[in-house]
Amino acid sequence: MKYIDEYRDGELAQRIAERIRDEVRPERQYRFMEFCGGHTHAISRYGVSDLLPANVRMIHGPGCPVCVLPIGRIDLAVKLALEDGAILCSYGDTLRVPASGGLSLLRAKAQGADIRMIYSPSDALKIAEANPEREVVFLAIGFETTTPPTALVIRDAAARGLKNFSVLCCHVLTPAAIEHILAAPGQDPAAVELDGFVGPAHVSIIIGSEPYAEFARRYRKPVVIAGFEPLDVIQAILMLVRQVNGGRAEVENEFVRAVGRNGNSAAQTLMDEIFELRESFEWRGLGEVPFSALRIRAEFAAFDAEKRFDLHYRAVADNKACECGPILRGQKKPTDCRLFGSVCTPENPMGSCMVSNEGACAAHYAYGRYKDIEVVAV
Amino acid sequence: MCLAIPARVIELRAGDNALVDLGGIRKEISLALVPQAQVDDYVIVHVGYALGLIDPEEAQRTLAMFEELDRLQPEAL
Repeated sequence: MKYIDEYRDGELAQRIAERIRDEVRPERQYRFMEFCGGHTHAISRYGVSDLLPANVRMIHGPGCPVCVLPIGRIDLAVKLALEDGAILCSYGDTLRVPASGGLSLLRAKAQGADIRMIYSPSDALKIAEANPEREVVFLAIGFETTTPPTALVIRDAAARGLKNFSVLCCHVLTPAAIEHILAAPGQDPAAVELDGFVGPAHVSIIIGSEPYAEFARRYRKPVVIAGFEPLDVIQAILMLVRQVNGGRAEVENEFVRAVGRNGNSAAQTLMDEIFELRESFEWRGLGEVPFSALRIRAEFAAFDAEKRFDLHYRAVADNKACECGPILRGQKKPTDCRLFGSVCTPENPMGSCMVSNEGACAAHYAYGRYKDIEVVAV
Repeated sequence: MCLAIPARVIELRAGDNALVDLGGIRKEISLALVPQAQVDDYVIVHVGYALGLIDPEEAQRTLAMFEELDRLQPEAL
């Protein structure tokens, strides 16, 4: 397919990797975080790490919306479906995220709850129109990529005067999470030190490259916005190595074919019309992060499931043995978790990082785990 | 979750919608977030909505950047 195949050329990837190996300084370490789960997935799927020299390490970031959704949020959705009898609609991955009491939305479905897996938010609107006698709730998750479509369906529901449709809004904001990670080493001695960021691809189509400029300046960390194809990622790593070697901390944009400085202004205006900032929001792994998520504005309260059903968020601790928290903060690797690949698998995830294919654990399980097994001659 | 794919617009339809081609598969999507998109443009599609346009010239320049690696020497050399 055009704009995909040409960015997956293996021979070119080898040449860019060779350039990285030539340019890295052997005496130093390069620790780069790829913020997005999309990059984590690409790095695992195409074996990008194997092409890098030993002193260039990629650290997985928290940019996987399914992974950072805390148990307490899923619990609210389970309650709506099981106790309030609502039709609960959400994206496929969300349905498998473990909730309290051994439940997930899928397991609630097995207990008789009406859970619908949708591809697009507009599907939820259609379900509401087809079931006027039922309450229909869309559990909306995701970063800035996924937020504008949710805003559109809320606007459409208002325009059509739908009385049985609402949204449980769990949309989170990328810049707030990056800020949180960059600020962490100053506050927590166990926090991971970074030398640069591979910046989001599709989030940046919406918000543009400008919001990252502040981080580069304030924390003196280079940011290279990159597409989700393997050549994009490896080129971005080369650009980061060059910034580090040159003592620069700038925002560079490898994904210029889709990302501009100011982003998609139509989408930004729409998001601003429907949503406002929450003072604080709990992220799995990161804890409460100030001004890091959105809620529905009072003008659209009729479509806000939290108001409509008088929901109150209650934080629930993760399974003690699960290492999703430190993995999401970049402090541990999937293989550092003793549940990985034994008790916790994509078929039966114990933690959220094993659920979505862009979660660090699921990506390593699918593409990387065989490399961990030593080959012995018999 | 944020995964999205480039698709070619082949027909503009009523209600901000469009028919797109994804490597031979045709699908109706919404152009409500990218109202400037025209037939033959490539849009980036996510959960049934176009989020942005691909700039063909910039795409070409990025490919050229991959190819022209030897031209860019670090200052240390």
